[in-house]
Amino acid sequence: MEYYQPEIETASREELDKIQNERLRKIVKYVYDRVPLYRERMDEAGVKPEDVHGTEDLYKLPFTQKQDLRDTYPFGMFAVPMEDVERLHASSGTTGKQIVVGYTKNDLDTWGSMVARQLVAAGLTKKDKVHVAYGYGLFTGGLGIHEGARRLGCTSIPVSSGNTARQLAIMQDFGSDALACTPSYAMYLGESAQKAGIDTSKLPLRAGIFGAEPWTEEMRKSIEKSLNIKAYDIYGLTEIMGPGVAYECSAQKGMHVNEDHFIIEILDPETHKPVPDGQKGEIVFTCLTKEAFPLIRFRTKDIGTITHEKCSCGRTFVRMSKPMGRTDDMLIIRGVNVFPSQIETVLLQMEQSPNYQIIVDRQGVLDTLEVQVELTEEKFSDTVADISKFEKELTEKLKSLLGIAAKVTLVDPGTIARSEGKAKRVIDRRKLI
Amino acid sequence: MFIKQLSVFVENRQGALSKIISLLSESGINLRAVSIADTQDFGVLRVIVNDIEKAKDKLKSSNVIVSANDVLGVKLSDEPGALSKVLALLSANGVNVEYLYAFVNPGTNKGAYLVLRASDNEKAEKILAEKNVPMLSEDEIAKM
Repeated sequence: MEYYQPEIETASREELDKIQNERLRKIVKYVYDRVPLYRERMDEAGVKPEDVHGTEDLYKLPFTQKQDLRDTYPFGMFAVPMEDVERLHASSGTTGKQIVVGYTKNDLDTWGSMVARQLVAAGLTKKDKVHVAYGYGLFTGGLGIHEGARRLGCTSIPVSSGNTARQLAIMQDFGSDALACTPSYAMYLGESAQKAGIDTSKLPLRAGIFGAEPWTEEMRKSIEKSLNIKAYDIYGLTEIMGPGVAYECSAQKGMHVNEDHFIIEILDPETHKPVPDGQKGEIVFTCLTKEAFPLIRFRTKDIGTITHEKCSCGRTFVRMSKPMGRTDDMLIIRGVNVFPSQIETVLLQMEQSPNYQIIVDRQGVLDTLEVQVELTEEKFSDTVADISKFEKELTEKLKSLLGIAAKVTLVDPGTIARSEGKAKRVIDRRKLI
Repeated sequence: MFIKQLSVFVENRQGALSKIISLLSESGINLRAVSIADTQDFGVLRVIVNDIEKAKDKLKSSNVIVSANDVLGVKLSDEPGALSKVLALLSANGVNVEYLYAFVNPGTNKGAYLVLRASDNEKAEKILAEKNVPMLSEDEIAKM
């Protein structure tokens, strides 16, 4: 088993706790002294830096919301003068005004080393050529992976995104050993390679580092098959760092959070109290070492779980699940948190097109959940029993994954309303009292 | 000898059946026999038509789920016990009936036509053929 920085990646829990406590004390004082918003918030909450002794005191600290970053746009949250900022990145701003983040030289070094941990975990060495098909620019994907490849001493191929024919030609002619891009683009490259008659098993390509958008295990299988590689999931977000906040090892059972640089909390979206390992909640990050743009208890609105269970790879960092949805999308039905993405997972498992609609209603005091699914020709039969069997199987699978019963209604293809090519997934008819 | 039946998925929604039938009538399809199986949640419409390919294309292009499948068309004489004889024959040979429906066409036959789907269509056909039970052909349906 290879590690990039074994001394920290396999450190004992006690050592990690010690590092986190020390760094947390330091960063809280740092932001209190340097970021006006944090000083105000902490003063309001009546918390002084010296009240925070370690991670057990996290709950005393105020949250940071995406809106705070918009309100202080562009540089209001920066903790260093611009002369110490070596680079700026920005989020795409698809859900509102864009936000801008900064990195000092040390921040970029930290970032590079975290991405290097991912590359090593994916079995890569300095002898390998890393094909970066993430976009280069303000988006953190391209330059983030690039920084890691550089740090490890790999040969970077900064192709950036787009121009599929060129991507495939470079992959063949330059002999890319690893590919980094979004999972949907990896799917597309795999399909395009097959269409072009490229025998991917003859290519040196053996690993893929994919992230920046949600993807499923089914997509992973499909990419691994079409590109003949092992696909690794990398997690990150612009606000916190970019790709590399958490990284997957060869066990492919969750992503190791770089705990020497970040604290991850999983909080109940309602009560904001931590939930036990394995239980879903909102993912919240605290930066421990960032200099230019350190965020405290940043609420990602991503929903996920963590586990402290020992990983077969030997790394001791806590593992987080893939984000399972957004708190924005979460429905609370009969007290159970339901995410549209879970329904999609079940449909994909049953090899159905993920064309569905969720209708939530209330009959008397009870919430009802109906899942409308477009029937396909393959599942149709002239006998009622066959269709009912499929309907029943779907109902049972949904129940076991969601934890509550859903009524499945089969509908004609194309009947679920689509707007701009995207189906409207949720109709909530419950009247708010 | 088998005949082709068209099976159509019918949503449990007001007007769903009416829409399907009017699509068929728009394309000049003549219905020979109609049957519908329903559950609480959906229905399956089964029809014998004079031009199955045309009917199928029309429905498919309107986003309706259809499939064409083989069924047995049995000619029954107009006398008590005619159906009973056929069913007894199948049952005695271990063949189950999945579903059946019947129609009449006074122009071609005084008796009735039975549309039948067996648990094992091939076996059912063999049994009936051995006993010389008269069967309906695709050609005959087209000419009705």
